Amino acid sequence: MGGHILMETSGGTGPFGPLAPEPYDLVWSAVIFVVILLVVWRVGLPRMAKLLDARTAAIEGNIEQAQAAQREANEALERYNAQLAEARVEAGKIRDQAREDAKRIVAEARDNAQSEADRIVAQGNAQVEASRAKAEAELRTGVGTLALSLASGIVGEHLDKDENSVAYVDRFLADLEVEHGARP
Amino acid sequence: MERALLHHALTQISMAAEDGGFHAPTIAEFFPPIVLFEGTPFALNRIMLIRLAVMLVLVLFVVIGTRSLKVVPTRGSSLVEFPFNFVRNNIAYEVLGEHDGKRFLPLITTIFFLVIGMNITSVIPGLNIAGTSVIGLPLLLAVIAWVVFIYAGLKKNGVGFLKASLFPPGVPKALYLLLTPIEFLSTFILRPVTLTLRLTMNMLVGHLLLVLFFSATWFFFFQQGPNGFSFFGLGTLVFGFAFTLFELFVAALQAYIFALLTAVYIQLSLADEH
Repeated sequence: MGGHILMETSGGTGPFGPLAPEPYDLVWSAVIFVVILLVVWRVGLPRMAKLLDARTAAIEGNIEQAQAAQREANEALERYNAQLAEARVEAGKIRDQAREDAKRIVAEARDNAQSEADRIVAQGNAQVEASRAKAEAELRTGVGTLALSLASGIVGEHLDKDENSVAYVDRFLADLEVEHGARP
Repeated sequence: MERALLHHALTQISMAAEDGGFHAPTIAEFFPPIVLFEGTPFALNRIMLIRLAVMLVLVLFVVIGTRSLKVVPTRGSSLVEFPFNFVRNNIAYEVLGEHDGKRFLPLITTIFFLVIGMNITSVIPGLNIAGTSVIGLPLLLAVIAWVVFIYAGLKKNGVGFLKASLFPPGVPKALYLLLTPIEFLSTFILRPVTLTLRLTMNMLVGHLLLVLFFSATWFFFFQQGPNGFSFFGLGTLVFGFAFTLFELFVAALQAYIFALLTAVYIQLSLADEH
């Protein structure tokens, strides 16, 4: 393109130079503005809004999920702790019970042993007493008869038919018992 | 010595320019010949075609890019999400809060996408000019922002909006003689004007600078004949490269500023009392 500024141009030569817009300049600007505004307004921004909403929902969903998991874990932990405490109490109870049982068993055994011992001692005593009484009775009858027959022999009479002599012998023996203590 | 050399170079350049060798960029850059529909309001020149191409790319980006967004983002989908999220979080919600931010998000997103898309063509090889470097588009966007912030204020606070804008409370009554014209000028005139000019002039001057650097490089290397002065071409090439990176930064920055100021103006209108 030769020549100087004289070249054929499409405007900008008025008194305001490039500050005065040519009609075609404004027309095309308006057309382009309207087209871009419509595309941005009706297509671009709604899609962006939808995307951002979906993203927010997804993030909120994730957070909720995490919170649910956290809650579940906490609940499980609480349950576990409760169970543990319960088990501890149970164990303590069992231990106490066992201790008591042991005490009771020991006491019972001791009681049993004591009563058995007492029973055996009592039985022994009774036997001894019975033997003694029996021996005493036998002895008394034996000694009385013996003394009477001896005295009868000496006196030459049967004293054993005489009630007075039997009473005498008994009294004698009782005195003898007193004299030598109660023990045979 | 150096001075003499420079003087010589400049003479060379001016001589070459007289020969028609060196073309300094002019305002005609922004008004290339009409290629289609000449004389109608739908006339198409190179810059209008670039704008339509950007529009097509933006439409495809939005329609196809957002078709398969994933809840768990992939590398591709997060690349599509990024600009949407940036406008929503860092501009709309941050300035307007979530409730009002949502209301005006379509407008703010459209402005940001349009401006950054149109700006970026200034450094795309083969296009090399910003769709926003011609005043029509920035002016249109500024007027829309202007209409919207006035609408938002009137709808929220009715006449109270005008009163709060023109008669800031807590000022002695006499001062309104001075303050009200200033407030009127700054709120209702200067806001759209600065929005328009800031964007247009940034992109226009950026383009002129890049053209200047690269056409100078071309001139030093090839037009004044390869010789000792061709080293100047290296300098201009380096500067051209640096300014290309700077232009990329400006493209993104101006889009951010335009969208942010739109949000801020709306927020100021929505504020109950100033």
